[in-house]
Amino acid sequence: MSNKNIRNFSIIAHIDHGKSTLADRLIEKSGVLTQREMQSQVLDNMDIERERGITIKAQAVRLVYKAKDENEYILNLIDTPGHVDFNYEVSRSLAACEGAILVVDAAQGVEAQTLANVYLALDNNLEVVPVINKIDLPSANSQAVIQEIEDIIGIPAENAPLISAKSDINIEQVFEAIIANVPHPKGSTNLPLRALIFDCFYDTYKGVIVFIRVIDGSIKKGTKIHFMATNKSFEVLELGFFGPGRFIPSEELNAGDVGYITASIKDVRYTQIGDTITYADNHCPEPLPGYKKVNPMVYCGLFPTDRSDYQNLRDALEKLHLNDAALQFEAESSIALGFGFRCGFLGLLHLEIVQERLEREYNLDLITTAPSVIYKVYKTDGTVTEISNPADMPETTLITKMEEPIVKASIMLPPEYIGPIMELCQERRGEYLGMDYTSSNRTTLTYNIPLNEIIYDFFDVLKSRSKGYASFDYEIIGYFPSDLVKLDIFVNKEIVDALSFIVHKSSAYERGRKICEKLKKEISRHQFEIPIQAGIGGKIIARTTVSAIRKDVLSKCYGGDITRKKKLLEKQKEGKKRMRQIGNVEVPQKAFMSVLKLDEE
Amino acid sequence: MSKKNISVYIHIPFCSKKCGYCDFITFACSSKYYEPYKNSLIKEITSFKKLQDYNIISIFVGGGTPTVFPEDFLAEIFTALSIYNIDKNVEITVEANPGTLSLNKLRTLKNSGVNRLSIGLQAWQNKVLKKIDRNHTIEEFLKNYDNARRIGFENINVDLIFSLPYMKNEEIAFKLWYESIREITKLNPEHLSIYSLILEEKTLFFYEYEKGNLKIQSQESDRRMYHFAIKYLQKKGYKHYEIANFSKGNRECIHNKVYWKRGEYIGFGLGAASFINNERQTNIKSLIEYNKKLASQNYKREDILLEKDIIDKKEAMEEFIYLGLRCTQGVNAKDFKQIFGENMWDIFRNPIQKNIHNNLLEKRDDVLKLTQKGLDISNIVFSDFI
Repeated sequence: MSNKNIRNFSIIAHIDHGKSTLADRLIEKSGVLTQREMQSQVLDNMDIERERGITIKAQAVRLVYKAKDENEYILNLIDTPGHVDFNYEVSRSLAACEGAILVVDAAQGVEAQTLANVYLALDNNLEVVPVINKIDLPSANSQAVIQEIEDIIGIPAENAPLISAKSDINIEQVFEAIIANVPHPKGSTNLPLRALIFDCFYDTYKGVIVFIRVIDGSIKKGTKIHFMATNKSFEVLELGFFGPGRFIPSEELNAGDVGYITASIKDVRYTQIGDTITYADNHCPEPLPGYKKVNPMVYCGLFPTDRSDYQNLRDALEKLHLNDAALQFEAESSIALGFGFRCGFLGLLHLEIVQERLEREYNLDLITTAPSVIYKVYKTDGTVTEISNPADMPETTLITKMEEPIVKASIMLPPEYIGPIMELCQERRGEYLGMDYTSSNRTTLTYNIPLNEIIYDFFDVLKSRSKGYASFDYEIIGYFPSDLVKLDIFVNKEIVDALSFIVHKSSAYERGRKICEKLKKEISRHQFEIPIQAGIGGKIIARTTVSAIRKDVLSKCYGGDITRKKKLLEKQKEGKKRMRQIGNVEVPQKAFMSVLKLDEE
Repeated sequence: MSKKNISVYIHIPFCSKKCGYCDFITFACSSKYYEPYKNSLIKEITSFKKLQDYNIISIFVGGGTPTVFPEDFLAEIFTALSIYNIDKNVEITVEANPGTLSLNKLRTLKNSGVNRLSIGLQAWQNKVLKKIDRNHTIEEFLKNYDNARRIGFENINVDLIFSLPYMKNEEIAFKLWYESIREITKLNPEHLSIYSLILEEKTLFFYEYEKGNLKIQSQESDRRMYHFAIKYLQKKGYKHYEIANFSKGNRECIHNKVYWKRGEYIGFGLGAASFINNERQTNIKSLIEYNKKLASQNYKREDILLEKDIIDKKEAMEEFIYLGLRCTQGVNAKDFKQIFGENMWDIFRNPIQKNIHNNLLEKRDDVLKLTQKGLDISNIVFSDFI
């Protein structure tokens, strides 16, 4: 088939605006599968994704559609993750396409995240095809949303299909709009191979399955290929297209095609997203633009609740890493928590997803330490080090200055919440940049905010203070000097290394006080008084005390029910086992987690 | 051949009203349930032929409120028991709530051999009694107490609870407790049990507490009341012989001491606990089920057992310590040696050393006992031994 009949596109949408439902409909309508064969949402494979309504890993599907012009078209739908943590992955998926469907909820209108992804699409020279979804909702206002798209994004939307993916209204208009508006691929099969890696996946039997978009040239079984960024060569063993929920092997992939290859590749580190594949013996003159090595932005310690699970945690992290090159980890040991791992993540959502998968799929019980960003420390000896673990912070006397990463945050919200959200940004050391009345019921606030204020619990508080209406997106703009200190927590005069964190001097007292109070609630009374203190460089700035226990006795005899008495004592003993020993104080595991959520009450 | 000693517990799971702090198995239900239950009890008692091999040294009828039962029902139960060997010095206790002890009832009990009454007074002030759901008054108590003395009961226990909720402040709580203790000692009962309120799960108080509606006493206030009571009662001639129990003139409760000294006992009735042949057992807790099983032609004791737990040597040694230490005279290494053939100091070296170091236990010659501080936080000590 000529590449004039190919359309490569992705779908851009805010969470809940109906991307997955629309994808399902397109798959169903293209006649590849009957309705009965479909999973409820074919594209979202993992449980977590389904629950959160977010697509984590990019995937693709190839649809065959017979259009009104009686021609058959191949439509490659490349799915993208919808979260800022995966911005780079989104940008590479978009780079594999010529167009994008922009799905906007007819009742909700344009959201910050939508905007960010539309701009990414426009940056990649994609043709954006707007689609208004959920038109059958009682609160739908399609005309206003069309106006909003034209005003805010500046793309014509008057001919946008008005659909309901859920109720199956006007879906064929979406197909026709794609065929009419998305350009066909332009590459040439005769040029040296240039193929873009937009995702990959580790399979126990086949090794890494690499998802590619062929720009120029062609790949067959046995083609010797070369990965330009990682400088590795392999021989192609299998290749093919993406059927819904399965792989369909084929003979070749040509310029314009989207498909997969396998080549007995043992490690996802060799198949970096955004890398260019070319012929091993006939390199293309230049790799495709846009490749970046992704680096973790957020770090935290993960420790097994049960110390004997250390090896299991290592195995689980290694398995996750097979499919998630962005996840980094190295062994770490803490006096309070024992052996664990210092892990790096793309962002807070990535952290939460990994943590949940470890707990759910690998059945591990974990203690997470406070997330940290990477700080730059300029030392008196003229060197600069990057630290992400408070334990590595040099002594104050050895530091000349420190820098922290700052993000530019765009927050879209209805005007009535401007007050509380500006207050939140202020509390989080935000620097006000501007306010845009994007439309009558939508305002965009722009702030520069230190990343370490965002990874903490910014998103939760933002949602709660705006009753769920505010949406938020950010990009790193760079490192800037900051007055940072390491805050230590002491329990009965012993430092608890796992609770130390780096914080701006202005917030240190407030955070320290809250942590002390939280710990006081979590640590039960002992036979002696326990001071709980927060300090900076040995100077105590906040303190609470857990007073000594005065009473722990059963006066009743339960009518001779000794078994019941014994159960109580055994429970007490079991409780002790689940404690972490800090000096002679038993600290419950959940105390370590409780300090991560200080603003909830 | 001399027979082994045993104690008998009989559970009457009925009350006229359930108190907010109570988590015992008891129903405030209509009296139509009384007769079937009494019949079940009698069948359970008379079917347990193994009891023939024992000598009964104490009987304790607890609840619930046994005295909500008609007196002839109680008499029938004692008659059922009389087929077994009952020691001539047997202690027979019946628990009672004030307001349920008429002269008639007391006379019947006396005639059935009951020689000890345990009256659940709990507090001396009508206002407090009302707050904690007790539906009796201090006047009713005084009348019942007087009746009991007139009928000739010479061994009476009174239960009191301290650390009660709903107090305006610590001082008021203490003053009311002081009054309760002072007034009760004026009556000179032979025995007093003083219990610190425990918020048990699945009680009304617990739910109220979870909701933040129940103001409870601080640990400090609780201990202040407890320590005061010990001193006061000792001054009035009471011996503090167990964590919660005080007695005068050698009237320590034989039955309760059997629990702490690991003597054998058999419990009859709903949810009753037994310790026999080194096995701890608990009866089922559903009234309907219990009656159904006992009404059956093919009734076997196994049918009404909810839990069975054989106590191995290790557990038995642990029990010896944590039950025995409840008695203020402590546990004796010689007894330990005689029962288990082991050296107590060696077996429990670590927990003993640790708790002596923390001033919770003290050792004198062969005896190990709780210190004053150890009495207050005895659970911490005990959990080190299991």
